Amino acid sequence: MEQVNFSRVGERMYHRVLENGLNVFVFPKPEFRKGYAFFATNYGGMDMRFCLDGEWHQTPAGVAHYLEHKMFDTREGNALQELAANGASPNAFTSSAITGYYFESTEKFEENLRILLSFVSIPWFTQESVDKEQGIIGQEIGMIEDNPDWKVFMNLMAALYKSHPIRVSVAGSVESISRITADTLYACHKAFYDPANMVLCVAGNVDPEHICDVAREILPKEAGPIAVKDYGEKEPDRAAQSVVETAMEVSTPIFQLGYKGDVPEKGEGGLKQQLVGELAMEALVGNSSPLYAKLYREGLINQNFSYGYESYPGCSFLYAGGESRDPYAVRQAVADEAARIGREGIDAQLWERLKKGVYGAKVRSLNSFENLCVGQAQAFFAGFDFLRFADLFASVTKEDGEKLIENWVTGERTALSLVTPKRGKEA
Amino acid sequence: MSQVKRRELFPGVWLRAVHTDKFKSAYLSVTLMSPLDPETAGANALIPSVLRRGTAVHPDMESLSAALDGLYGGAIEPAVRKKGETQCVGFAASFLDDAYALEGEQILEPAAALLGEVLLKPYTQNGGFSPDYTAGEKANLLDRIRGQINDKRTYATHRLTQLMCGEEAFGVDKLGDEAHVEAITPASLWQRYQQLLREAAVEVYYCGSAQPDRVEAAMRSALAGLPVNGDRLDPDCEVRISAGPEPRVVEEAMDVTQGKLAMGFRTGGLTCWEEDYPALVLCNAIFGGTTLSKLFLNVREKLSLCYYASSVLEKMKGLVLVSSGIEFDKYQQARDEILAQLDNIRSGKIEDWELEGARRTVISGHLATLDDQARQEEFWLGQAAAGLDETAEELAARFEAVTREQVMEAARKLELDTIYFLKGKED
Repeated sequence: MEQVNFSRVGERMYHRVLENGLNVFVFPKPEFRKGYAFFATNYGGMDMRFCLDGEWHQTPAGVAHYLEHKMFDTREGNALQELAANGASPNAFTSSAITGYYFESTEKFEENLRILLSFVSIPWFTQESVDKEQGIIGQEIGMIEDNPDWKVFMNLMAALYKSHPIRVSVAGSVESISRITADTLYACHKAFYDPANMVLCVAGNVDPEHICDVAREILPKEAGPIAVKDYGEKEPDRAAQSVVETAMEVSTPIFQLGYKGDVPEKGEGGLKQQLVGELAMEALVGNSSPLYAKLYREGLINQNFSYGYESYPGCSFLYAGGESRDPYAVRQAVADEAARIGREGIDAQLWERLKKGVYGAKVRSLNSFENLCVGQAQAFFAGFDFLRFADLFASVTKEDGEKLIENWVTGERTALSLVTPKRGKEA
Repeated sequence: MSQVKRRELFPGVWLRAVHTDKFKSAYLSVTLMSPLDPETAGANALIPSVLRRGTAVHPDMESLSAALDGLYGGAIEPAVRKKGETQCVGFAASFLDDAYALEGEQILEPAAALLGEVLLKPYTQNGGFSPDYTAGEKANLLDRIRGQINDKRTYATHRLTQLMCGEEAFGVDKLGDEAHVEAITPASLWQRYQQLLREAAVEVYYCGSAQPDRVEAAMRSALAGLPVNGDRLDPDCEVRISAGPEPRVVEEAMDVTQGKLAMGFRTGGLTCWEEDYPALVLCNAIFGGTTLSKLFLNVREKLSLCYYASSVLEKMKGLVLVSSGIEFDKYQQARDEILAQLDNIRSGKIEDWELEGARRTVISGHLATLDDQARQEEFWLGQAAAGLDETAEELAARFEAVTREQVMEAARKLELDTIYFLKGKED
C-alpha cells in the first residue's frame, strides 16, 4: 500500500485504490481502543440532476437524505440494530455534497466493518417500507424547520445563490419527498453508490492491508458507470438578494452574513483557497481581530458569534453570524473593516499570530477520528489530501488574505439573513 | 498506556493527571464546585465569563486572544456544568501538545500560568470587577437564559426538570434564573467570587504527554494565589426515593410545528452509589438510552409515533428523563406506548439481543471515554462530584455481570413523577 507521512502533525496514512475503483485510506492508531470507519459516497443533497448511461434524470429534493435513512434496512432487518448489538455507535449524515455512513466501536471492529460495507452497498427496500419513512422524515423536516439556526442559514444560501442547488434543503420538503418512490431510490443508489464513486476511511488499531481485504470481499468486484452531475448555469458574482428576513419564536434576532466567493478549483488550489478564506475571516472578524473586540464591547455580538469559510462543488462563501440586537450595524461594521484593510492592509504581527493560532487549532482537531476520516473523504472528493494543510499553510501570505477580502467582501457579493422575534413575544 | 494520578495540590484542591502520548493536545481544566442554590447559581455562572474578559496582565479580549494565539491557538473556555446537585464552574482549556510545537518550545507551563491568571488575577477597577465587563456578560447570560426557549428539545427537558424538582436543588438551572441575574452588581459579584475561591472544592484535571510531577509543579505555581482553606465544601446530593401519589401533568402551548413530550421518573433511590447501579444503567439503555432501545426501535421506528424518543439517566439524583418529539394529536398514544415499553422491561420482555446490545453499547461507551480528552474530563469531574474514585475501566467491568432479573428489578423501581407536554397554539 502507498504510505504517506505527514510528519509535522505526526500522522501516517495508507492508501490504495482497489480493483473496483474504491479508494481506501487508513490511519493506524495502535494506542487507541476505539476504531472508526467512514464509508462515503460523492453524492449529496445538491446532486438532484444527473446523467447516467446517456440519460438525464431530474430527482426531487431530499432523495440523498431519504436514501440514507432507508439504507439501514437489510434483508435480515436493520443494520443499526446489528451494529448496536455489537456495542458500536453507528450513524450517518447527508450534507449538500456527500452522504457518509460510519460507526465507532471498541469491540468487534472487523465484524462491524463488514456490516457497514454490506448494508451501504446492498439496497433493500420495498414501496411499503419507503412509504413508511415519509412520516419519520416529515417529522424530521418539521423539526429542522422549527430550528432558527437552520432557517437563518438556509435563507442565507437562498439569498446568495440564484440557482446553485446549495440553496435547496438537504432533507427536501414534505412536498418534494412525497414524490420519492422505491424506484427513485434504486436509481440513485445505482448512479452514485458504485465503489468507484466512494471512499472508505478508517482510523484505529487496525492493519491497513486487512481493511482492503475485507472491502474486496464484501463489495462488488468491478467498477460500474458513474453519473455525471449538473449544478445548473454558472452563478454570477453578485448575491441574488441582499437581505432576507423571517420571523420565528426566538428571544434575540439571529443573523448570518454571507459573502459570495469564487468557484473553488478542484485539487490543492481549492485547499489553498480554503486556508486563505479561513485566515482572512480570522483577520476580518475572528476572535482576536480588532473588529471582534469592538463589536463585542459594543454589545453588537455575543459568545454565540461564529464565522468561517465553506466550499462545495461549484460554490464557496464566507459567513459570519450569531445573535445581535442590530444585525445591520454588524454588516456595516464588517464592510467598514474590509475597506480599512483594503487601505491599510492586515497588521503583519496579527497575521503571523493568527497563522500560529489557526495552525495549532487545526492540529488539535486531529484528535478526533471523525475529523480525520470525514476530512480525508471530503478532501479526496475535492481532489487533495486532508493533511496537506500542514505543509501548505506556510505558503499562505498576508497579501493572499488581503486580496480575498478585497475581492469578496464587497457590497454586491453580500447577503444578510435575519430571523427576528415574532411580534408580541418579547417582554 | 495511560496512567492516572490523583494528588492534593493544596487542602481541598485536587489534581487528576492523566499521562498519555496519544493526543495532539493537552487538556487542562480547573473547576470550582459548590452546592446548587438559587441564590448563588446565577452569580456562579456569570463569574467565569467575566473573568474570561480580561486579566490584570491581559486586560481585554484582544490581548487575551493574542496570548492564546501565541500559544498555538490554545483555547480557554468558561465552563458551567451541573453534576447532581453540584454546580461546577470554571474553565476548560486545550492547548497544542508540546510534541507538535513548530520550534520545540514548551507550551504546558505558559498555558497553565495563563489559566491560573484568568482564574485568579482578574482585570479590576476600584478593587472590584469592571462594571463594563460585568454588565456585558450579564446581558449575555440573560440572553442565554432567555434563549433556552429556542431549542425546543432541550427546553422541554429543562421545563420537566423544573417542574419535577421544584422543591429540590436539582430544579435550579446551572445558569441560574433571570431575576437573580438581573440583581447582580459588580460589587455583589466580586463578593461571590471571593467566597467561591475560598469555599468551593477545587478540581484540576490534566491529560497529555507531560509527566504528573511536571503538571503538579506547573499547577501549584499557577494556582498559588488560591486562598488557603482546610475546610472547603464537599459536594452533596439529595435523593428522593419516590414520586408523588399521582403523576403531575403539565401542558404548555407555543408556536411550534412539532410537539415535545417529556416524562420524568424517579428511580426509587437507586443511584451511582448503590451496588446495583450497573443494572439501572442497562435498564435505561434498553429503555431509551441507545439506537437499539425500545423507545427508538418501537415507538419511533416501528410505530412511527415520533421523530425521536430517548431517555437519559441522572445518576446522582436518581432520575430517568424521557424526551420525544411527536405530532400534537399523538400525545395519548405516544405516552401510553412509552409506558408500555417500560412495563415490558419490568415484566422481563427483553430479547437477548436487547440485553446484550445494551451491555456492549454501555461498555463500549465507557471504554471509549479513554480515547477522548474532553469525555474523560467530564467523567472524572462527575466522579469527583459524586466522591467516587472508580475508573471508567473498572466501572465498565461491572456491567458484564448484570442479569436480566437485575434489570427487571431496576425497571420496577422507576416511578412516573411528572409529564410535560409542549404543544402548538390553536389558531
